[in-house]
Amino acid sequence: MIMSEQSVARAIDLTKHITGPGIDLTILNGLDLEVRAGEALAILGASGSGKSTLLGLLAGLDRPSSGEVWLCGQRLDALDEDERAVLRAGRVGFVFQNFQLLPTLTAYENVLLPLELTGSAAAEERAAEAIERVGLSARARHYPRQLSGGEQQRVAIARAYATSPQILFADEPTGNLDQATGQGIIELLFELRREQGTALVLVTHDFELAAHCDRRLRLNNGHLEPLG
Amino acid sequence: MRPWLLSLRLLQRDWRGGELYLLGAALVLTVAATVAVGLFADRIEQVLRRQGSELIAADLVLESSRPLPARFATEARVRGLESAEVIELRTVVMGERPQLVILKAADPGYPLRGTLRMRRTADAPEQGASVPSPGTVLADAYLLRVLGLEVGAALELGEGRFGIVGILTQEPDEGRNPFAFVPRVLMHRADLDATGLVGPASRASYRLLVAGEPHAVAAYRAWARESLNPNISLTEASNAQNELNSAFERAARFLRLTSLATLLVAGAAIALACQHLVNHQIEAMALMRCLGAPRHLLLWVLTARLLLFGLIASLIGCLVGWLGQMGLSALLAEWLKAELPSPSLKPLVIGIAVGLIALGGFGLPPLIQLARVPPLRALRGEIGTPRLPAAVSIGAAALTLTLLILWQAGDRGLGLRLLAGVGLGISALALGALALIGLVRPLVGSARGIWRLGLANLARRPALTVLQILGLGIGLLALLLLTLVRLDLIESWRMSLPEGTPNHFLLNIQPHEVEAVQALFQEIGIQTSGIHPMLGGRLIRINDRPLVPSAYPDTRARHLASREFNLSYALTPQSDNRIIAGHWWTDEQALPQFSVEQGIAEILGIRLGDTLSFWVSGHELSAPVTSLRSVRWDSFNVNFFVVASPSLLQEEAATFITSLYLPKGQEALVDTLVQRFPGILVIDVESILSQVRGLIERGAQAVELIFGFTLAAGLVLMVAGIQASLERRRADYAVLHALGAPQRRLLTALAVELTATGLLAGLLASGSAQAIAWFLAHAVFELKLRLDPAWWLMGVLGSGLATGLIGTLAVYPALVQPPARRLGATVG
Repeated sequence: MIMSEQSVARAIDLTKHITGPGIDLTILNGLDLEVRAGEALAILGASGSGKSTLLGLLAGLDRPSSGEVWLCGQRLDALDEDERAVLRAGRVGFVFQNFQLLPTLTAYENVLLPLELTGSAAAEERAAEAIERVGLSARARHYPRQLSGGEQQRVAIARAYATSPQILFADEPTGNLDQATGQGIIELLFELRREQGTALVLVTHDFELAAHCDRRLRLNNGHLEPLG
Repeated sequence: MRPWLLSLRLLQRDWRGGELYLLGAALVLTVAATVAVGLFADRIEQVLRRQGSELIAADLVLESSRPLPARFATEARVRGLESAEVIELRTVVMGERPQLVILKAADPGYPLRGTLRMRRTADAPEQGASVPSPGTVLADAYLLRVLGLEVGAALELGEGRFGIVGILTQEPDEGRNPFAFVPRVLMHRADLDATGLVGPASRASYRLLVAGEPHAVAAYRAWARESLNPNISLTEASNAQNELNSAFERAARFLRLTSLATLLVAGAAIALACQHLVNHQIEAMALMRCLGAPRHLLLWVLTARLLLFGLIASLIGCLVGWLGQMGLSALLAEWLKAELPSPSLKPLVIGIAVGLIALGGFGLPPLIQLARVPPLRALRGEIGTPRLPAAVSIGAAALTLTLLILWQAGDRGLGLRLLAGVGLGISALALGALALIGLVRPLVGSARGIWRLGLANLARRPALTVLQILGLGIGLLALLLLTLVRLDLIESWRMSLPEGTPNHFLLNIQPHEVEAVQALFQEIGIQTSGIHPMLGGRLIRINDRPLVPSAYPDTRARHLASREFNLSYALTPQSDNRIIAGHWWTDEQALPQFSVEQGIAEILGIRLGDTLSFWVSGHELSAPVTSLRSVRWDSFNVNFFVVASPSLLQEEAATFITSLYLPKGQEALVDTLVQRFPGILVIDVESILSQVRGLIERGAQAVELIFGFTLAAGLVLMVAGIQASLERRRADYAVLHALGAPQRRLLTALAVELTATGLLAGLLASGSAQAIAWFLAHAVFELKLRLDPAWWLMGVLGSGLATGLIGTLAVYPALVQPPARRLGATVG
């Protein structure tokens, strides 16, 4: 096994090309990365540098052009899409820039959804606890459109942690929020991470946000470079 | 978690979130309309069939020229059916002069359907009657008049003497042959033997009347068909009467067609609503895949959810349909002046099946595709979704439609023709829409501002635009088509028997009386259909082939071939005749020739150019057939199967016949006529006419009511079509509004865009509707159709206005929202 005992995600010589009519782009170029259990890692980079692409590959949402990706002890390129989905279920959490709450579900139901999908025991209690943990019990029955942006992202955080994942991928989690709200969200995100010992891969272009992480890497020209 | 439970929960949440309202409305209305139409049609058809039954006095009649084997009556009894035997024969009674009469001897149960009516005396009011008790008879007024008898007198029939106890005024099945102008007598079946009139050589017609529960009658019919021999014919209520049959058939066909049109319109609405649902579910599916839901689970959840939803919506639709038809039946019952029989449960089962099949066929393929949404889309919204190849979607929808139409049409020919029409219509609509998009594309670059956006919207997603125009167009097409055919159909029915339709026939007018009779009519201002010569002739040869009745396999052909034809001659064809092959003669000196009615020509195998030889007044007359005519038999004008050029027959001895309309209150004219011309036979067909008219009115009302459901489905489709594009429009307009475009301008641009879409759909639909209506009228209903430009105008303008108005009203709330609310998701 190539992954060390402590690593929850690893990329080896990872390359991603995009080709199409008039397009031939190398987004990631032979990149190596290891995310250790419980570690908080920030990936910084300018817009369009490939941060989200890297996130998608690490989470098994996309396939690399070449190289290996390991997630939660499994080599992803040996798995098909459905097997990757099953691997993610309950082990991987997501927080998106645009929250990605389902508009037809209440805050509570949005949090309940991943628990239902994984067939978790006591799903309803766990969802209620998660909602309470992010301070939104009073608004649990509200629909996303009735919540502010900050509240929506809190719901998304509750949803991400509800299954107690091994690793959480966050894509510009404060990108759509004002500074004060964003600050609150960051604190919540890191607090929960500490409580659950979840590894976090945070993609951002915000140095202040990245400063909360244990380790910072910059994505530049398809390669990762360590930052201080 | 069990997929079923998850499906149910998600369904519940989706419903609460409003995602399914549109599809739910489309589906509930589809099923409601199908069920209501089904239940209605079921009940109306039962009424019409019962009416048909009254015309044969039974649900089913077996007829033979020889006594029917006893097993037919026994079997009817065993199956719990009512039955009655009727024997009818021609005989001569002696009075002041010998008189031919039709003697009917019936079992006491006669008639099994319809009513027998009589008068106690010439002045007494008409009343219900039953078969007279043994030893007595009912005779009609004409017989009493020509024999100079009154009620109470004795009538000699063969070897028996019978007391006349009343004047026979109506036999339900007398109208079977309105041209059998012979006085009638009704007696008890048990008396027939006493007359000694029935022997091995006598020419009698033996009938067994059968009636009962429809399924038992159907089972009996199936049994009887197996046991029929060539001498026995079977007549059913639905094909009882030639004159009425066409009206009944058209009504039944139209009801079925209306129900199919509802299905078509609602199917399009479901397809659009499903598309709308799919577009809304993409994000949710991407997220669920991200959260670890494998494809097969999503597939399960999507299918189970659709099935559950379809079942629930179909059940609600059934309920709505049931309630709807109950309300309408309450209204109808008064108009119909008849109690509607309870409907069968079959339309409910069919409604649910139609709902599920339509939902599956139109909705499942795009929904299944949802399971293939890549999870990466949750992270990167710009990633496209896998789209089902258009051919698969269209193929599934077309297959569904084909199955449903063929199944529901009940008549493969009608179903196939309808499919061809629909296929052509849809192709024409799609091609037309594509052509317009092609025209719009070059304009996008040169247009400005909102116009550019609107046009780009049309051109950018041609598939969606075509789908919308198709949806709208199909709805309009069906509505216009039904309106056109319905109006024309009802109009032509009414026109076929307008007020003033001849209600009396005058026969046996001698040549020397013709002028005096015409003068009398002129004097009192009565219009006739013209006085026509009539003479009997037996067809003996077609070309060199002698006519052998028994050589025809068909009983009707045998019957026609063996009877004497009423021949006539004329200079011009009757006004309700249409020459469909060959040419009518030009003048009085034209060479001897015949014009033959197309129906009889077909039955007897007579073709244009054949030489017919008739035996007339003791000698043979031959001439070629130079034209074939279609005849409106239900016009009640005097018409003949075979008409000759004057040069062939005008030297032969003939009597004359005419038909005329006597308004109420002028019946005294009959007495004047009879006094002045005692030899003239006057036949009153008013009772037959009122029966036919009643039937036509019922049919027309049923059609109009059922049409209302199709109209409702059309409106739902229109809203669904507009709704399908709402989200995109909302987003576009929110951005434009945020950029400073005033609401009024947006509203105007929107109204213009939607109206233009409506106009286009209307134009395409009107054109196709006219073409299909023309085809249907000619091929299915055999009616003349007037192509009325007013309908083009109404279709096009109506569609434009309705789409513009409804669409703008639907989108307006989105436009008046503060843009921040629409854009909230991205500006936080």
